[in-house]
Amino acid sequence: MAKYGLAILAGIVAGFVARWLMLRSDYRHYPTYPHGQLTHLALGFIAASLGAVAIPAIAKPDYVAVTFLVLAAQQFRDVRNMERESLSHLEETKIIRRGSDYIEGIARVFEARNYLVIMTALFTSAATYWLGWEYAVVVAVVLIIISLRLMNGSYIGNIAEVVAAEVHFEGSLLKVNDVVIMNVGLPQTREKILKEGMGVLIKPKDDNARLTLDAPGQRMAIIHDVVSILGSKVEINETELMPVARKNPEKGYLAFFIVANEPDLDYFMEIIRKVPVLESARGTTLKSYFGRKAAD
Amino acid sequence: MDNSISNFILAIVTTDANKVLPGSCPIILAANQKEQEKVSLLLARILGGIVHDLENGLYFICRH
Repeated sequence: MAKYGLAILAGIVAGFVARWLMLRSDYRHYPTYPHGQLTHLALGFIAASLGAVAIPAIAKPDYVAVTFLVLAAQQFRDVRNMERESLSHLEETKIIRRGSDYIEGIARVFEARNYLVIMTALFTSAATYWLGWEYAVVVAVVLIIISLRLMNGSYIGNIAEVVAAEVHFEGSLLKVNDVVIMNVGLPQTREKILKEGMGVLIKPKDDNARLTLDAPGQRMAIIHDVVSILGSKVEINETELMPVARKNPEKGYLAFFIVANEPDLDYFMEIIRKVPVLESARGTTLKSYFGRKAAD
Repeated sequence: MDNSISNFILAIVTTDANKVLPGSCPIILAANQKEQEKVSLLLARILGGIVHDLENGLYFICRH
């Protein structure tokens, strides 16, 4: 009995620690809300318990218990729905929206993290049961590192080059280098934009990156991340200073314009480089035969 | 749900009455460019729209 207890305990601890470390909470990531963190830690604990009791249940052997475990694991599919729903509801009251691509990405990541927790707990408890707790510590550490690696997606900085660009007007057309952003009528707004506006170009490194940056969902994600850190001077009924990302249709790069509360160009570019590449927006043309041929 | 009208010209502000024909939206005649800018700004704020410049002396307000 003590052997089972130790295995279960080791599994739960390893799984819970894994969930804790995977719970990012800087201001870009969700959840930034204390209650959200608690919810996810609690779910992580349940996931860890599920994973931890599986091996002892088989070893006992108690096959009914194992069947129940499989049933319980199904519950974690709801995590995705939960995240999606709550983020979509919050979306309605936002001036700058995340976009459904970003929300879907976040929801999927949350679901996946729980499965990683279950795996970590499962293997750790197995190691404890058959090899002893000394080995379990090593297995747990390795699994946690693997989990963190798996959860580390790619960033805009990996697929594109971000360079500073000039914000200027051509008649009434606001442009960032050679990309038209929008038509601005009032002279006083133009002055404000020239004084405080910042512009950058996001140049894709290959065809995959170009497709990724093409996706409106990915652009919304970039805008959302920048605005959530640097702020924006858009007001509810004054949408003239809306941050906008527009494409140069000939060359395929994006021009990004914003009037931020904190006009710091270097950090602005650094934030863009750190925006995650969304799964649903990721371009994969170079993986296909015709895509590669067309790219030459 | 937001049921307001968008992507539609809400008002035209001009200094030259010859440049616009009667249409589906209100057309406001301003005495000079200063008044034109002022009126456009106020209208844009009230309607929640953006002032656009057609570069021929016409301003219009549109909500996106």
